[in-house]
Order: sequence, then structure tokens, then C-alpha cells
Amino acid sequence: VSKRFLFVMQSCPHVGTQLEENLDMILTAASMDQTVSLLFLDDGVFQLLEGQNPAVIGRKHVAPIFQALPLYDVDSFWIELESLQERSLEDRALTLPVQVVARSKVAALMASHDIVVMC
Amino acid sequence: MYGDWLKPSTEASNSQMKFAVQINSSPFQTQSGATAYQFTKAALALGHEIIRVFFYRDGAYHGLATRPSPDDENHPAHDWSELARNHGVDLVICISAAQRRGLPVEADHDDGNAARLSEGFRIAGLGLWVDACLKADRFIVF
Repeated sequence: VSKRFLFVMQSCPHVGTQLEENLDMILTAASMDQTVSLLFLDDGVFQLLEGQNPAVIGRKHVAPIFQALPLYDVDSFWIELESLQERSLEDRALTLPVQVVARSKVAALMASHDIVVMC
Repeated sequence: MYGDWLKPSTEASNSQMKFAVQINSSPFQTQSGATAYQFTKAALALGHEIIRVFFYRDGAYHGLATRPSPDDENHPAHDWSELARNHGVDLVICISAAQRRGLPVEADHDDGNAARLSEGFRIAGLGLWVDACLKADRFIVF
């Protein structure tokens, strides 16, 4: 059995172990041959900013982990336009090749998946 | 008393829904776990099936038997254990979430868990979370 999973990344990186535990779920689903997509919205868009230096707060860099996801056939990445605009980030370089989706289309994007995981 | 949307619709009055439930927060900080418990109880009472309740992130704190039970406080672990006893609900605490938090539990076959976990809880990996999602009609995160 295979289902379409959408992980909705909503929080800043480096908030406790939130992101690490999200990635554990994502990799488990992908390794069990599920179709996995990621949607970044709200403060979750900060997870993809280029040029982060988390070493100064003693945290691991997350970009290499995201960039390894295509090895697990996870290569469908969405980001919400309005979340970028509200944070003045629409011109910033991102660490993943994302497809931009308008807020008005997010509900339809979610509806096109079987399992939506808010994380 | 529970939401009408949980009741089978009239067009499909025989339809029984299968739910997978995930609990992410600790029983000490938020209402989520208690809401998940009420949801699960209501769904069972209406004839639906709970494929599994998966305790992830701080949800891993729900099943500890080592917590004392003061007379005048709720004890979430005991509530869940009762559901497991009466309805056979599968209560799974994620091994990686538990170990990340230093909880003294090990893989499923370890007998030592019996003393540490409330009745009906077991320890297993995220694979069982995916498995529950695949078997369920609805997946709900609390």
C-alpha cells in the first residue's frame, strides 16, 4: 500500500528537537515507499534560508539533511508565497528547489494528499 | 454529547471509520493529550475503530507507570490503560522519541519495560506510525 504524505513544516529551525523529529518521520515514510511531499509555510519558511550559521548556537546545519532527501525519492517541495512575503523573504536564496504556491491554493494542495502531517 | 460529525452519516449508516491517532505533546503542558483521549473514547463508543494511538515527541511521557498517582489528580496513563484493557486499543510509544528524552525504556522485547510502562503500552519504531496511517481512513494529530 502506498499513500501520498504531505508534511507541513510550520516552525522555525532550531526549536528544540522539532525539526529532527520531523525529519525522522519524513525519512521513515520515504523509506517505506510512500510518496512524500513537503510544504513550508508560516515560520517554517525560515528552515530553507541560505546562509545560516547554526554552529554559533551549537546546532547542526539542516540544509545538508534537506538536500539529501532526493536520495530517498523525496523531491516535491512547496513553499507558500504569502509566508515569504510577510517575512520580507521573497527575494532570498533558498536551499532547496521549491515550487511556490499561493495561500489560496494550499487547501487544494493538502486535499491532493492522503495524509497531512502538521509538524 | 460528542460532535455529530463523528456519527456515521445516514447515507452510509453501516460505515465504520478507522482512525489513526498521534499525540505529540506531554500530558503536563497542554490539553492535547486529554482531548485525544476524549476523542478516542467517543470514537470507540460510536463503533469506530482505532487502529493505533502513536505517542511521539513529548507524547512519549504519557505511558510511564513510574509516575505516582495522587488521589485527587487525573492519571493519563491509567486512563489510556483502561481503554487498552476494555477495547484492545494499541498504544505505541515511539522508541526514538522516548530515548531522545532519556526515558528508561528499550526495544519491545525488553521485559524491563513492563515495570516502567503502564498496562497496554508498548515501545516500537516509527514504522508502526506509517503502518497505522496506511491502515486508517483518517489520521489525526493532537
